[in-house]
Amino acid sequence: MKKVIVFLLLATLGVYLAITFFNIGFGDPHFVNGVKDFYLKETVENLHVSNTVTSIVVNFRGFDTLGEVTVLFLAVTALGSILYKKRHEVGARSVLFSSSSVVTAGSKLLFPAVILLGVYVFIHGHLSPGGGFQGGVIIATGFLLMLLAYENYSVSHTWLSIVESLAGITFAGVGLLGFMNGGTFLQNFLPTGVLNNLFSGGVIPIIYIAVGFKVAAELTGVIYTVLHEKGVK
Amino acid sequence: MIYFVLIAFLLLLMIAAAIYSISQKDLLYATLATGIISLVLSILFYLLQAPDVALTEAAIGVALTTIIFLITIRNTVRFENDEDNFKSEVK
Repeated sequence: MKKVIVFLLLATLGVYLAITFFNIGFGDPHFVNGVKDFYLKETVENLHVSNTVTSIVVNFRGFDTLGEVTVLFLAVTALGSILYKKRHEVGARSVLFSSSSVVTAGSKLLFPAVILLGVYVFIHGHLSPGGGFQGGVIIATGFLLMLLAYENYSVSHTWLSIVESLAGITFAGVGLLGFMNGGTFLQNFLPTGVLNNLFSGGVIPIIYIAVGFKVAAELTGVIYTVLHEKGVK
Repeated sequence: MIYFVLIAFLLLLMIAAAIYSISQKDLLYATLATGIISLVLSILFYLLQAPDVALTEAAIGVALTTIIFLITIRNTVRFENDEDNFKSEVK
């Protein structure tokens, strides 16, 4: 009996989803001539940004990006609050991967290159593929490399918090400045420059640099916390 | 033609890795299989002309998630069969 009820409920849900998806009508004129043309035209002609994805993520849908950053911040805070006590009791690395001298020397060589790649990705977010999130994650993997290779390598939690807070304040502050100058939150108020130049796109590079620092600090904190968590073995 | 063959091969590889990661009792291999899923997915995103998403998937899916899972496995148990022993030890 239970199985029949579950099956009926799932079938009802499936039918409703099927009807909904069938009625979307991909390929309709509504989709082909919709808001896409406005984005493509506005991005190149008025904002002078080469990467349309970046202009949508940071400019047209900038408020959503602020929400995403907030979600990541809350997730990291929750993780830290759950694992903090155990880490405090132990005080040392819980996971030790023994590494040879080749690994340690190689990771010391690779670390600056990885950091440089991450910084490049988020500084050129409005010119080439990539942006704040991607660059931040690449920087965090650089710190992960060092944490795995060296047993006594440590990252200061205070500095991570300071960088994270300053980056978040910068994002919200730029949004509020747009509110004062232009009229809406996160509105562009800087000169947009010349297309394909590094200094173009108004506030987009500033916001993406802030997002890059914030994501890098948060994910480095996550890796550090997980590495120092004492397992139940 | 070769483009569609390549995409079909990558999709089959993804499905195979997903089935392997579900059926595998050794969680280390299962985690590596999920890493392969993310890697193939990022190649597919690149082929479908979405380099931004491909970069995100490569950085988060392949590197970060896999490593965090590996650290967790190192901290807990490696084999799925060990689950009963693990529960009894916690009590």
